Parts: sequence; C-alpha cells; structure tokens
Amino acid sequence: MDRMPGWADAILVPLISLLLAAFLSALVIIGIGESPVAAFKLMVEGALMRSAGWGYTLYYATNFIFTGLAVAVAFHARMFNIGGEGQAMIGGLGVALVCLYIPWPHWSLALLGSAVGASLFGAAWALIPAYLQAKRGSHIVITTIMFNFIAAALLNYVLVNVLRPVGAMDPATAKFPDATHLPTFQDMFSTAAAPMFRGAPANVTFFLAVIACVLVWLLIWRTRLGYEIRALGHSEPAARYAGISPVRTVVIAMLISGGLAGLMSVNTTQGEAERLILNSIEGAGFIGIAVALMGRNHPLGVFLAAILFGFLYQGGAELALWTTIPRELIVVIQALVILFTGALDNMVRMPLERIFLSLRRRKS
Amino acid sequence: MDLMTVLQVLDSTVRLATPLLLACLAGLFSERAGIFDIGLEGKMLAAAFFSAAVASLTGSVWLGLSAGIGASLVLSGIHGLASITFRGNQLISGVAINFLAAGMTVLIAEDWFSQGGRTPSLIAGGRFDGITLPFAEALRDLPVIGPIYYELISGHSILVYVGFLTVPLTWWILFRTRFGLRLRAVGENPAAVDTAGVSVVGLRFAAVAICGVLCGIAGAYLATGLQAGFVKDMTAGRGFIALAALIFAKWRPWYALYSCLLFGLLQAVALRYQSIEVGGLVIPVQFMDALPYILTVVILAGFVGKAIPPRAGGEPYVKER
Repeated sequence: MDRMPGWADAILVPLISLLLAAFLSALVIIGIGESPVAAFKLMVEGALMRSAGWGYTLYYATNFIFTGLAVAVAFHARMFNIGGEGQAMIGGLGVALVCLYIPWPHWSLALLGSAVGASLFGAAWALIPAYLQAKRGSHIVITTIMFNFIAAALLNYVLVNVLRPVGAMDPATAKFPDATHLPTFQDMFSTAAAPMFRGAPANVTFFLAVIACVLVWLLIWRTRLGYEIRALGHSEPAARYAGISPVRTVVIAMLISGGLAGLMSVNTTQGEAERLILNSIEGAGFIGIAVALMGRNHPLGVFLAAILFGFLYQGGAELALWTTIPRELIVVIQALVILFTGALDNMVRMPLERIFLSLRRRKS
Repeated sequence: MDLMTVLQVLDSTVRLATPLLLACLAGLFSERAGIFDIGLEGKMLAAAFFSAAVASLTGSVWLGLSAGIGASLVLSGIHGLASITFRGNQLISGVAINFLAAGMTVLIAEDWFSQGGRTPSLIAGGRFDGITLPFAEALRDLPVIGPIYYELISGHSILVYVGFLTVPLTWWILFRTRFGLRLRAVGENPAAVDTAGVSVVGLRFAAVAICGVLCGIAGAYLATGLQAGFVKDMTAGRGFIALAALIFAKWRPWYALYSCLLFGLLQAVALRYQSIEVGGLVIPVQFMDALPYILTVVILAGFVGKAIPPRAGGEPYVKER
C-alpha cells in the first residue's frame, strides 16, 4: 500500500487532530456561555505575555517533558506505560529521602543526588510491572494502573505514619534543608534593575528536562539499545530472530521509562514545594500520555507538546481566576487531544491517505 | 464482635459492592467481545452526574436514571467509534473517556448549579429509597434469621437487587443464548464469526452498548442510591476496582459476584475501622485500600491461577480483502 509523505505523517496529521480538538474545546466554551476568543486571549496574556507567566508555563512544561518522554520511550517498545503517575509519586519519595537524610553542601550536588534518587525509585516502581509483562505476560496497562493505586496508598502510609514531623497535622515531610534549595528562574535571570520571573516556580530542573530530551533522542536513534527497543516495538518475532532478547529489552525500556517519570518529582518536590506532599503529581503522569501522543514519541515533539500543555495549564489557571470557566476545562482539552491524536488517529489518517493517493495517481 | 456489628459491615458490603458489580459485569460484556474498556470509571462518573443532575432538576429519580444511562451510552458510542469503526487503540480511547468524563462533569455542574462542581443534595423522590421486602417487619424478632433478613437482605434500593439479578442474567445470556455464544466467539476469534456470516462490528457494538447501560446504572446508583447527589470525582477509582474484580474473576459472571463482594467487604471494613489488629500486628487502613490492587497483580502474575483474557481482546478486527 502506498504511504503518504513523511512530512504529512509527522506534521499534518497531528496538526489536523489538534485543530479538531481545539474546535471542540471552543464549542465547549461556547456551551458554558463564555467566548472562546476572549478565553484564548486571556490564556495567552496570562501564560505568555509576562515573564512570570512563562515561569509557570515552563514549570508545568518541565513536568510534562519528563512524563511525556517516559510514555514515549515505553511506546517505542510498544509498551503503554500508564503508570507514570505512580512512578513519579515514588520518585518523589526518593527525592525526599535524599534531601532529608543526606547533608548536602551545595544545591548542585543535591540536584544530582535527588535526580539519582528520583530515577532509581521511579524505575524500581516500574520494575515489577515490567518483569510481569516480559516474563509472565501480565498486561502492562492493567498492572501499571494497579501500581498507581498501590503507590498512592503507600505514599499516604509513609507520609502519615513515617515521614510526618512530630506534631504536624498535614501529611507531608518536614521542609528540606536550605542547602537543597534549587535556584529558580528568578534567582538566575533577575537583576536588581529588571526583576524577571517574579514568584514563578520554574527552576533549574527545566534544563535537566532539556538534557533528558537530548539523551532520549541519542538513546533511541543513536545507540544499540535504542535500536533494539525500536526493533522490538515494530515486530517481536523479527527482533527475536535478530537475537534481541524481548524480556531484557522490555524490562530495560520500562526501567528507563519509570526513571524518567520519577525525575519529574525533582521539579515538583525539590524545586517547588521543597517538601514532599501527598498530591504533588496532580495528574502530570497522565498528561504525559497526551504529550507523547501529540509529540509522535519524538523528543522534539514531546518538548513542543509539553510547552503547549504547560501553556494550557497556566492559561487554565488564569481562566479559573478571572472567569467562571473552571480549571477542569484543561482536563477536557487533554481528553480531546488524547482522543483525536491517539484513539481516533485513523479518522484523520484514512481520508488524508486517500487524498494523497489520488493526487499521486493524477500525477502519473 | 456481635451479630449486629457483623450484619452492619455485611450490609455496607452489599451497598458498596453493587456499583462494583454492575461496572464489573459491564466490563465483562465488553471484554468478552474483545473490546478492552478502561473507561468504566469515566462512564460511571458521567452517569452519576447526569442522573443526579436530572433527578434534582425534574424531581424524578427514574428520569435521572435514564439520563445517566444515556450519558454512559454516549461515551460507549465514542469508545465504539474509536475502537471498532476507526480501529484505534482501545486503551488510549479508554483513557481519553475517563478524562472527558472527569472534566465535563465538573464543567457542566459548575455551569448548571454553580456549587463548586456538585449537584444540589437530592431530596425524597430524587433518590432511590430502600425497599422493605415482604414480611421483613414481621420476621424481625425471630432470632438470627430475623435480623439477617431485615438488616442484610431487605431494605436496599431497587438498583441493588437489579445489580444482583444481573449476575444470573449475564450468565444466562453469555452461556445459554445464541447471542452470548457469538459474543464470546467474537472475543476469541472474530475471523471465525465473520466467516459464519455474522457481523463482527454489529456484535461488538452491541456488547459496548450493553456495557454502557450497565455502567449507567452503576453510576446512577452511586449518585442517587448510595449517596444523595453528585460530587466531583465521586467514583474514586471504583471503575478500576471493577476492572480489577473482572480480572480476579477471570472474566466469569458468578466469580465476578464473589470478587466484587470481596472488594466491597474490603471497602466496608476500611470505611468502618481505621486500623485493624490481627494477632498483635496492626494493619494500616492504607493497606486495606491497596489490597484489591495487590490481589489483582498477584492474580495477573499467574502465581495463583492464571488469568487469561479473551484472546482477541484489544485487537481491532480487519476484514481480509
């Protein structure tokens, strides 16, 4: 069967899906009696026109880059890691332990330590589902969903019964020591004359996320392991025939995926809250699914999609502040993006393929 | 623990197991036909909101129930469109449906009622009240049998009895009718069904529709039976517990009843006691919360009896040309 050109597959299809999702979102806004144009203006104003807005947008984007990359790496091995939420939760536990119990002399070392802790804990939480999928054929989607709930219960237990300081009421750890405080964009880019990013939570972890994008690109397209992961994702029998061990590859891909999901906790836990709270993830693990689908599992695409979702998140917060539109509008937009770029992909693709086919026939 | 305490825990087990059971059987129909459905949660949530909203606007709980079923069917239609017509990824479609329901319910609730994403509390007529079964009052004073009949079996809302009667009905439809045979076949080997001249697409859409109706009843029960009104995210993971129960039951109706009762019991105990002491060992309430999921992973791991899903589950059917 003839295929359409690469650019159409990589850009045109997601773009049309995105436009469909945007159109339906606009209808939803009209449905609740607000103007989509005014809403969009307000979102742009709040998220992109001021440096503080960018500070929030990039803070959210940092989370989504990590979870998006996590889903994308698993997708390359044709695994659907829906457990980013749980892996990030447990990753947060790793960050908290590293920050609380090791006396760090400087934030840069603390960042390295907490990144290692977060990714190890996140990867460990992905290990059992990965092993069960690879070795015993238990469906990874179901096991990772179950592990999300188990992680929530475990974190609840640890925060309430173990890590909560004596006398404190809310389920959270003590505040991390000052030495682990990560420089925010405000600390880095503000001068006395021109304050920038005032009060925004974006911090140095954003650059860690950018580095992760580059490393994932190198891993997937420039290393033997990445080749094995992709080969397995395309065809398991072919990969097996080429001498690639499916068990090993699946487990390694899922460990990387879990580690990446865990890393987002560095941003929320050490970068923003500076202590571990119960709901620090706030659904970012699931948004990673939308981000990876929209970014076509390519790090650059994931990066752009994460910025877009960061914009939606910050814009949505502004909407909730200034209009009667609740924050849940973002959840609806997220659902529509997942629906059109993921599940209803063929609805856009099939007619497009037909158009390209007829164009080519006319030419020849 | 005296008889009364036991009966009260069991009574709340029955109440809490009902939405799990209905959603579990909904998933059973869908997955037996080869359509994975992780959107049970979303469908229940949408049904819970629309049933409570319509019941509070019209004052009729029956209109509410129909609205809930309608809402759930719309989401089922989207799932069918994505996973059957356009052969998309069924799991991704399910994820999208969950988010769609989570967002839309709050959005519409805010627009209609402006009460922070909830509906007004339902008053008499807007709820399903408990039905006192015949002779319950008269038999109440009999030792043992009386309290069991009065407390445990009688006094539930009609949807509880509907839920429990759905179990034999499901068994009968799946294993004693032609439709059921074909439905199971389409989940194992759709090509064979197609060869026999039966529409794969039609059967799968029928299964997804049944799933929608049952999820609708489950959601309506949550908002108009178990509680009086809709609150944001009120399903609280019940759709996923139902999914866990379905795997625990290995996709069989009677076992679905047992596993839902077990998970309902866990919920009832966790609700009543903060922590339980067993032989000097304190079991924290969080462990009780996590137990259904842990048990499901153990079952999935295949160390205690292997759970084998329908063979064609999750794969879109492409007719050969």
